[in-house]
Amino acid sequence: MKKDIQALKSMASQVRRDIVRMVYYCQSGHPGGSLGCTDFFVAIYGEHLNYTLPFDMEGKGEDHFYLSNGHISPVWYSVLARSGFFPIEELTTFRKLNTRLQGHPTTHEGLPGVRVASGSLGQGLSVAIGVALAKRLNGDSGIVYALTGDGELDEGQNWEAIMSAAHHKIDNLIVTVDWNGQQIDGPTEKVMNLGDLPGKWAAFGWEVLILEEGNDMEKVVAGIALAKSKLHQGKPIVILMKTGMGHGVDFMMNSHKWHGVAPNEEQCKAALDQLEETLGDYPFNAHYKINQ
Amino acid sequence: MISIHNLVVNGKKATRDGFGVGLLEAGRINTNVLALTADLLGSLKMDDFKKEFPERFFQMGIAEANMMGVAAGMAIAGKIPFTGTFANFSTGRVYDQIRQSIAYSHKNVKICASHAGLTLGEDGATHQILEDIGMMRMLPGMTVVVPCDAHQTKMATMAIAEHYGPVYLRFGRPAWPVFTENIAFELGKAQVLNEGSDVTLIGTGHLVWHCIEAAKTLANQGITCDVINIHTIKPLDQTTILDSVSKTRCVVTAEEHQIYGGLGDLVAGLLARQLPTPQEYVAVNDSFGESGKPDELLAKYGLGAQDIVQAALKALTRKK
Repeated sequence: MKKDIQALKSMASQVRRDIVRMVYYCQSGHPGGSLGCTDFFVAIYGEHLNYTLPFDMEGKGEDHFYLSNGHISPVWYSVLARSGFFPIEELTTFRKLNTRLQGHPTTHEGLPGVRVASGSLGQGLSVAIGVALAKRLNGDSGIVYALTGDGELDEGQNWEAIMSAAHHKIDNLIVTVDWNGQQIDGPTEKVMNLGDLPGKWAAFGWEVLILEEGNDMEKVVAGIALAKSKLHQGKPIVILMKTGMGHGVDFMMNSHKWHGVAPNEEQCKAALDQLEETLGDYPFNAHYKINQ
Repeated sequence: MISIHNLVVNGKKATRDGFGVGLLEAGRINTNVLALTADLLGSLKMDDFKKEFPERFFQMGIAEANMMGVAAGMAIAGKIPFTGTFANFSTGRVYDQIRQSIAYSHKNVKICASHAGLTLGEDGATHQILEDIGMMRMLPGMTVVVPCDAHQTKMATMAIAEHYGPVYLRFGRPAWPVFTENIAFELGKAQVLNEGSDVTLIGTGHLVWHCIEAAKTLANQGITCDVINIHTIKPLDQTTILDSVSKTRCVVTAEEHQIYGGLGDLVAGLLARQLPTPQEYVAVNDSFGESGKPDELLAKYGLGAQDIVQAALKALTRKK
């Protein structure tokens, strides 16, 4: 489903509204990273990802997407719902008892679009690499996409994965790092300095692309297209994507303070006032049931 | 009827050798079977698989956490990955990876773990994991299999390839008597290796052989034993255990594992809920291991056949 840039931007505005409302209604969740990665998710599902519905776990011949930093589930759930994976109304169940929209994404309740649980950080790249290896073995031309946080790169398993992808010459994989420079306890350079991040990935044998404006839809769409043009050349590809945590809501922007905090009623209203309702808000229904 | 008096022993072989043979056979039967190792190809006896199916073998280096995630990913794409490394590095080192990416996500990954327990020998306590059965059986949906000899390890390896879902397969390093070649293997179905009336000996892994030896010694003293091989720890064959214990009214469990969290606790939990019965544990008593030869270690840590005999005599005195 190819959309023009304006359509993608209008989708992004609606997704940002969804994120704020989802987190507000259950008074928990992670708005900061979700808002920062909204343009990326919309670009992936709206422009680049080759998928079919209804969702199939194995997804033969399709592109797969893996979210390693599972705490930004609100943006993923909103984009999945608005891409037709499950009813938009189901967003109202986020983080509520008996929901398929668990705090962190999981396959356990059978939510369409999710292929592995994530939340405990640092595991998604390994899983994506496994899928990429198996797709290669199967002669499957589908591309594997994965998103990881930058703070998440503190986890050692990532570096095992990064080394192994280059060793196995995995070139049907595009990893994107949400390079927002923030983690729970503060700026990444203060909490655990990532140092020369592009140099590290390059030294591990990856094709490194830097996307300076990860909140500019046109640049994001083009950045992913550029990465795709470098597939199948014997090297894994990483996009280091600079985003602003909390992008789109002025008082949440570029601060780690909105990593995992829900807005109150006043803040929610102030946030929604900044985000145009383009595709219609999902109806809030405290009693919504799946397959009702 | 199978009994301790007619078991055919066909020499000694390491259970890990049975794994190597079983993996190759499973690979021949099902082209989706893949093998991964974390720099322990030879120790895990995966050489023949690699030779016959080089494109289906993956060397992952000394990076077990990544290996578990990669295996989960392969399973998503329809493959049946078998990971192979030592039991310590297959469980404790990667518990969270197994928990989230494999068990909670219900991926069809076979976690194959060699060099479990004290019989790893000279390498000592850093490598002698004695907590792995407990850790793995606590995970919802995880099947846990601990075969007792090389033949059974081969059969179990082939069986888990055909079973959909995450599995932990535990085996070991030392040459050990092979005695199950004429006994049918069914995942989840305990094997009764001897029938008696006085005491039930329930073993898993290497210690099943010690249960057999203990039953022979006890028979010479006029005490007859049920000997049960629990090769599948989870799901547990409760019926076989309850049928036996309702007859004998006392029980000994024997395992190369800590007293906490293993077979003993599993049986005790079952009996506490359904048939309270005097039980004695033969297991490592809340301690780490050390360097030594397998037989020396089993003797020092109270896991010898004679220890099972003593435990049975004690259990008999507690019988009402």
